[in-house]
Amino acid sequence: MPNSVPERPSILRLENISLVFDDDAKVLDDVSLDMRAGDTKIILGAAGAGKSVMLKVALGLLKATAGRIHLFGQDVTGYSESQWYEVRSHIGVLFQEGGLFDSLTIEENVAYPLVNRSSKTPEEVHPHVEQALRFVELGQTLDKFPSELSGGMRRRVGIARAGISDPALLLYDSPTAGLDPITANNIMSLIIQERETRNATSAIVSHRFQDGHIMANFRYNSESKRLERIPDDSPLRLRTRFIVMREGRIVFEGSEPELDASPDPYIAKFSMQRSAH
Amino acid sequence: MLDILKSPIVTFQEFILLAGRATANIVRRPFYGSDVILQMDTIGVGSLPITILIGFFSGAVMALQMSRALSQYGASGQVGQITAITLVRELGPVLTALLVAGRNASGIASELGSMKVTEQIDAMRALGTDPIKKLVTPRLIATCFTLPLLTIVADFIGIIGGYLVAVPLLALTTSSQYWNNAWRSLEFNDITQGLLKPLVFAYIIALVGCLYGIRTTGGTQGVGRATTQAVVVASVWIFVCTFLITRIFVNI
Repeated sequence: MPNSVPERPSILRLENISLVFDDDAKVLDDVSLDMRAGDTKIILGAAGAGKSVMLKVALGLLKATAGRIHLFGQDVTGYSESQWYEVRSHIGVLFQEGGLFDSLTIEENVAYPLVNRSSKTPEEVHPHVEQALRFVELGQTLDKFPSELSGGMRRRVGIARAGISDPALLLYDSPTAGLDPITANNIMSLIIQERETRNATSAIVSHRFQDGHIMANFRYNSESKRLERIPDDSPLRLRTRFIVMREGRIVFEGSEPELDASPDPYIAKFSMQRSAH
Repeated sequence: MLDILKSPIVTFQEFILLAGRATANIVRRPFYGSDVILQMDTIGVGSLPITILIGFFSGAVMALQMSRALSQYGASGQVGQITAITLVRELGPVLTALLVAGRNASGIASELGSMKVTEQIDAMRALGTDPIKKLVTPRLIATCFTLPLLTIVADFIGIIGGYLVAVPLLALTTSSQYWNNAWRSLEFNDITQGLLKPLVFAYIIALVGCLYGIRTTGGTQGVGRATTQAVVVASVWIFVCTFLITRIFVNI
């Protein structure tokens, strides 16, 4: 095959994942997903559609009732909690409200992945932490506690913590939920910057179609330090895929034009073009 | 019928598993020494003033109650013995444990419950820390260390409370007879059960608080529910266990 492009390595693969809770509620129903290096997946859906649960299954925080999970090319389905710790060290995650530890300062929160996983002292990682916080424009908050920051600032600290250990996979759970549109756009801009600078594979869960639109159409220009439209022929466009979930199932997977063209009224709710009308 | 039993059996199973894992973690690395010290301060030093107060009044009330009963038999000189035995065997451990359950089982459940609903426990696991090792084991060690000490303080202050009622207030006996009686009446059996009970209660308080905290679901309302349940369940188990331990020691 002379024209074949070398296949990008698999980062995350979910195979026919189902999850049933104790009260017989089916939270995930035969969900399959394949993410390769450099992919961006935008996971949309109404509240309770199973988006966040899917991320937690991918992180091993919830055990799937059926199906298999592959991370970084290895089957991690039957891994014990201690085996998962090693796998999770390659994944950065931003939780819905930031998931910051209330009892630790911002500096300790951001340093946590580095201090916890390596034998480095807080003093050794200090310059790294400062740099990560400057990246999210919160360089002066080192000694503050999470309760002293606004919702948007806490999310930004969460982004700094998610990216500090240079993970190969970044998962964002509703990064803009409950934020005003301006703050939400700033957060999305940071997520795009993180995607470009780290060249990481990212999955972002959201219920806001605008988030997906920004993620799919813009990239960060490190020279002008601004977001710019992605050219139509860029491979980045091809690697960005939308997923729509409904009641634990994936009901759509495709590009933004395909999402816009979908005749299904539920899927159309998450289309930028049609929601604007 | 089986459905009614399912929930308490599952909870008990979770309690046993948590107890096993938290205990095994005591000897496994990494050790969170600073967390243990912090919890000792919160649970031990924090509970000290109220323990002293409760200990004092329980001893004083015991001496007051006994004063009438003993004088009927002309045995009011034995007040030191009765106060010491009841405090060391039963009142000291149980009242201190109930106090610490109300103060700390609720505190632990609400703290861990809030961490659970704000996804801090998930974040901890995602960042490579075992929440049982980081959150449960330090609280268990701290409670197991401080509750017997608090009980000893409560026992001693209680005997002083009994003394103040029996000697200066009611003149039931002399000072030397009170202390002599109190000291000589305590046997090895009394001291053993008086120190074993707080150790068992410490397990119940720390682990029930942690279990209900970690299992919290349903937002802030769930945190409130977990807190209440933790105090009620811990208190009930304290009474059940004190009965069982006393039953064993009565036969020895």
